[in-house]
Amino acid sequence: MEEKFAHPELRTPENLVYKRTDLLVDCPLSYCPGCGHGVAHRMLMEVLEEKEIASKTIGISPVGCSVLAYDFLNIDMLGAAHGRAPALATAIKRLWPSRYVFTYQGDGDLAAIGTAETIHACNRGENFTIIFINNGIYGMTGGQMAPTTLPGMRSSTSPYGRDTDIMGYPLKITELIAQLPGTYYVTRQSVHTPAAVRKTKKALRKAFDCQDLGKGISFVEIVSNCNSGWKMTPVQSNKWMEENMFPYYPIGDIKVDGELIEKLK
Amino acid sequence: MGELRLMKGNEAIAEAAIRAGCDGYFGYPITPQSEVLEYLMAEKPYETTGMVVLQAESEVAAINMLYGGAGTGKMVMTSSSSPGISLMQEGISYMAGTQLPALLVNIVRGGPGLGTIQPSQADYFQSVKGGGHGDYHIIVYAPASVQEMADFVKLGFDAAFKYRTPVMILSDGAIGQMMEKVYLDDPIPRRGDEEVITQCPWASTGRPMTREHNILTSLDLDPAGQERLNLRLQEKYREIEEKEVKFEMLDCEDAEYLLVAFGLSARICQKAMQLARDKGIKVGLFRPITLFPFPKKEIRKIGEKVKGMLVVEMNAGQMIEDVQLSVGCNIPIEHYGRFGGIIPTPDEVVRVLEEKIIGG
Repeated sequence: MEEKFAHPELRTPENLVYKRTDLLVDCPLSYCPGCGHGVAHRMLMEVLEEKEIASKTIGISPVGCSVLAYDFLNIDMLGAAHGRAPALATAIKRLWPSRYVFTYQGDGDLAAIGTAETIHACNRGENFTIIFINNGIYGMTGGQMAPTTLPGMRSSTSPYGRDTDIMGYPLKITELIAQLPGTYYVTRQSVHTPAAVRKTKKALRKAFDCQDLGKGISFVEIVSNCNSGWKMTPVQSNKWMEENMFPYYPIGDIKVDGELIEKLK
Repeated sequence: MGELRLMKGNEAIAEAAIRAGCDGYFGYPITPQSEVLEYLMAEKPYETTGMVVLQAESEVAAINMLYGGAGTGKMVMTSSSSPGISLMQEGISYMAGTQLPALLVNIVRGGPGLGTIQPSQADYFQSVKGGGHGDYHIIVYAPASVQEMADFVKLGFDAAFKYRTPVMILSDGAIGQMMEKVYLDDPIPRRGDEEVITQCPWASTGRPMTREHNILTSLDLDPAGQERLNLRLQEKYREIEEKEVKFEMLDCEDAEYLLVAFGLSARICQKAMQLARDKGIKVGLFRPITLFPFPKKEIRKIGEKVKGMLVVEMNAGQMIEDVQLSVGCNIPIEHYGRFGGIIPTPDEVVRVLEEKIIGG
């Protein structure tokens, strides 16, 4: 590994200000430059490392941009069929109650094809963590409309903007599952600024801590950008996200310790 | 020691699963197999052996629960009936591609579509030719009695783990619902977590830092890699064809004519055989027990000794294609089938044998 660095002589303990967690495999990620997935992966692995549970954790990757997450996360993983990750996680957690189990899913996976599996796993009060990356688009297949695509937002299958009269409304699945008695911790975060990244990491830690309590689903939505799919630069996409996604998908806790934070409108 | 009981076929499967040390059952109600889940919920094995029993929200969820559980090396199973099994095909294909062991039970009802709730054998093609997408097979056992419903559970789990493949018990609504006496083996304790980890080093059970991380997926974006996986699968299927064929032959020694049938049809043909023998017709019965692997060599061999074969199935003619492909010589091979939940009678079978094979 050392020879990859231009100045190995500078890599001394006193110069070390940041070390990438060993729980991330040292390989190029398949994500576009500027995408939020990489940061979310790092926060997730840092939480497992700090909580010292990597050897007791089983992760499930979805179909979508993060389909290859198992190649990047250096823990035992399974690749689910499109939308079915919560079904896999349900069985795994019940068969291995001593393990920490999480699903990592995008919006098409979790809120379209996998809606039934999502809602029923949440409603049964399964004791695993769902990490939900919401960028309002199908990234991997080339930028089609997702269940969370905003009204008026352009995609390759809504080229004139999402017309809600024809295409229906973006689904606030996180608010929906927060209403179910089986969810214990539900939050919505982002990873577009250092402050937001720190909050997301805290949320992920809390989500995994919830598995120790065994009181139900912990659910972390991360509103993220898709600069490629949105046809923007990474900087533009983050600005657009703040201005357009956050009003529809407000950042913050939705349910904590089994209690809704405020009455959802 | 074991135990003798009077049970329904569906109940026998459930009881045999508990006794085989099964770790988890995931299913969704559908007639005519709901007794499997009902029996397990009433027995509460989660309080005795620790076996997980869960009613899923759909067959799609149930098969993916199986996929998850199988991926961690646990002994998992589901049961359903034809329309439900159709819904599961995507998951079965994933499990075949990922090479995961699991037991599937199909208590077949008449189709296509919503069909009927009466017994049928119309899912033969779906079961033995793949069913879902991609080049794969699963091992298929066809029980002909309640006893075999129970016996094939342990047999199925053993084969599933030996070859890391999904295994199906292909039965029908009649055998699922009918009651017979069953000899049940003594319970085998469930494996502990450490035993599972040792037995299944490929499983995703949580990565100790002493080994690389396990990844279970059927995805390989590199065509050469995906071809290698396919070749490995084909090699496995050839080995299964070599080693796992099971069949039964009744009164074949002096037989001039042969009835070929599996499952419930074979039970009917046993009676038909008696009736024919009473009439002086020398007829034997060949019953494939494994439908994949199909007893090709054995059918070919017996084909050289008989004057003709009647393939009896509760479908429009599915297994007959495998019989025709197996038989090497030029003898008449005809089909007799009833569908949609109608069960053929022994008299019908004898009449067709006389008309189509002996007289034909």
